[in-house]
Amino acid sequence: MPGLLLSFGIFLFVSMAVGTLLTHSSDLDLAMIWSDSYYRHITKFSFYQAFLSTLLSVVLAIPISHALSRRTFWGKNFLLKLLATTLVLPVLVAVFGILAIYGNSGLLANVFAYFEINLPFSIFGLNGILLAHVFFNLPFACRLFLQGLNSIPEKQHQLASHLGLKHWNKFRLVEWPYIAGQIPHAAGLIFMLCFTSFATVMALGGGPKSTTIELAIYQAIKFDFDLQAGALLALWQICLCAILAIFIQKISRSALLSTNFQGTTNTFPHDTFLSKCWDMFWIVFIALLVVPPLAMVLISGINPKIWGVIADLGFWLALKNSIMIAVFAGLIAVVFAFFILLASRQWRLVGLNNRADKIEMLATIILVTPGLVISTGLFLLLREFSSFSSLSLYIVIAVNALMALPFTLKSLAVPMLQNAQKYELLCRSLGIFSLYRIYWVEWKSLKRPILQAMSLSFVLSIGDLSAIALFGSHSFSTLPLYLFQLLGSYQLDSAAVVSLVLLILSVGTFIVIESLFKEATPQTKRAKHD
Amino acid sequence: MIEFSQVYYHYQQQNFTFDLNIKEASIVAILGPSGAGKSTLLNLLTGFIDPVKGDIAINGKSILQRAPHQRPLSILFQNNNLFSHLSAYDNIGLGLHPGLKLNEQHKKRLQTAALQVGVEDLLERFPAQLSGGEQQRVALARCFAQHKPILLLDEPFSALDPILRVSMLEHVKSLAESEGVTILMVTHHIDDARAIASDFIFVDQGKALNVEKIANLNTSHQNISLASFLSAEVNQ
Repeated sequence: MPGLLLSFGIFLFVSMAVGTLLTHSSDLDLAMIWSDSYYRHITKFSFYQAFLSTLLSVVLAIPISHALSRRTFWGKNFLLKLLATTLVLPVLVAVFGILAIYGNSGLLANVFAYFEINLPFSIFGLNGILLAHVFFNLPFACRLFLQGLNSIPEKQHQLASHLGLKHWNKFRLVEWPYIAGQIPHAAGLIFMLCFTSFATVMALGGGPKSTTIELAIYQAIKFDFDLQAGALLALWQICLCAILAIFIQKISRSALLSTNFQGTTNTFPHDTFLSKCWDMFWIVFIALLVVPPLAMVLISGINPKIWGVIADLGFWLALKNSIMIAVFAGLIAVVFAFFILLASRQWRLVGLNNRADKIEMLATIILVTPGLVISTGLFLLLREFSSFSSLSLYIVIAVNALMALPFTLKSLAVPMLQNAQKYELLCRSLGIFSLYRIYWVEWKSLKRPILQAMSLSFVLSIGDLSAIALFGSHSFSTLPLYLFQLLGSYQLDSAAVVSLVLLILSVGTFIVIESLFKEATPQTKRAKHD
Repeated sequence: MIEFSQVYYHYQQQNFTFDLNIKEASIVAILGPSGAGKSTLLNLLTGFIDPVKGDIAINGKSILQRAPHQRPLSILFQNNNLFSHLSAYDNIGLGLHPGLKLNEQHKKRLQTAALQVGVEDLLERFPAQLSGGEQQRVALARCFAQHKPILLLDEPFSALDPILRVSMLEHVKSLAESEGVTILMVTHHIDDARAIASDFIFVDQGKALNVEKIANLNTSHQNISLASFLSAEVNQ
């Protein structure tokens, strides 16, 4: 089965990277990290910022999702769509938007300056990191909780109002259990994302005081040329991630798989002015968090520097590389997920669920070894070869594909298993096998989830900075790296243009894929008579 | 024509033994309580499961070494007979070539079968645009287009209302008679069996009784469990 080979290939690839890290840090041990005060500090800081980011995102998401679940208002659908985009938005685009609002020369600073007051906070350091992490993850938590709330059957709402359960009591007894069910899963995922956050910390972290392990690996290799320290930190990061992953696996038993998101009508006749105000406050709050930075990217992106950017060959090269990397990483991630799931679902059909879980877990190994850690290993491994720089493109594609694989696996797993459950016997009785089956049965019916998974990995890869960070150079850059360099040299107008391009590329891809299917789906009117 | 010789199968602490002989062009109803082994009997014949011991032969030739699609039979399942993402035409066509590479002869056979079951005007539609009865008729058209000597019905019409169900069965019967097809049908409706079957098999606790004429299907049957099974059905 090709799925087995592919899984094994992934394992080999990752082992090679980790093995290199091990040989490079052979005469040092992890205990050394704990005895070094700087490393101890960044470890603590990594946990501290991830903890605060998770706490803020999860706690704030509770009243917001609750308000969203029971109110309808103008632009609600648009707001929900925006909430869905923040997690896949290229990090630096969001960072640019946040800087344009809260930065030292941003919108808020200008307003304050008008009244001759200095900005009471600095966006760099912990403030900025938290703000960006909340910007990315609060909407994500809101969507998860909203999904939980929307799965409350309409009859239960009616029953609650029939029993006279109001406000706090209804929340506590009816709605809270549906949110609570989502919390371990949501919090675990958000913590992991923030703990391994790279681009955000790189752009907004202010010096050694607010550095995470992920960033310290990069700095050790790229700036201090201390390969040993880089390797050691990377190993340290793997250990911590593995412990975290196991812990999260333990607390969040079942991730939500249901995809019905249509939502039922929430009937609550006991509405009051106060609860209207309460809900409105939270809806305005989330809108104010998400909309202005994105709007600033749109608005400030159109400026006279457009011509300067267009005339720059570096921009076009970066654009070309980005698209190439994203297309191939997306393709690889989907094809790998497809074949791995072909193998695993066959096992599930005959009840070998444990074996299926294992092969799927092997493919999501990247969750334990962040992209930057793999790049570090490969960087150290390939450094000795003379053709090192010519391999960079392929390495970045491979690492991006690996990072996208857990997402493609997750989005294809259920539809592919359902396909097998529905059609396995039919295919066997009609003799539809191998390529015929892949084309007529799987591809024809799963076009939509496959293309959606591909666009998701495309968007994730096009905005990624962690794989390219080590391998990038003057001759090899991507749009996020190009944007980072512009931000670093304070060419904010040019950065605005590039941010806009990235935003259009990522959000545009989603819109194009979605609209493709609006036309293609056949009408599903059901004939009543026979 | 269809011979089960000392066929033994074992699944989750339940034993199944079948020893049967079914004549050509007969319509055999397979009856019995739930979990007795009706579907196991059918699955052994189709090749979805393999017996531990014994042999299954059609026209004197063992079929055990053949994959399901190579056996001389077509199947109508209870549900999921159609690929919901493909049109009725493509769904029938997949029975003729697993990659839908249809030649002129295939296309002719497809049209004839569609006419036979009366779905010739629905070929462009997708399953979601068809009613439950129409969906099963399209699947039936595929079975007839395949021109196989045996047709297996695994309660394909049980979701339809009683009147429609019987009329579908009678339709199947007249088609089968004109084509000389042998039919094995699993059913839990005694009336269906009486309406179209020529013979019946009673399956109970993993064992099948002999093939008997349908006229013998009454509550005074000497087998006690069959008699009580029938009277329970009558009392419903």
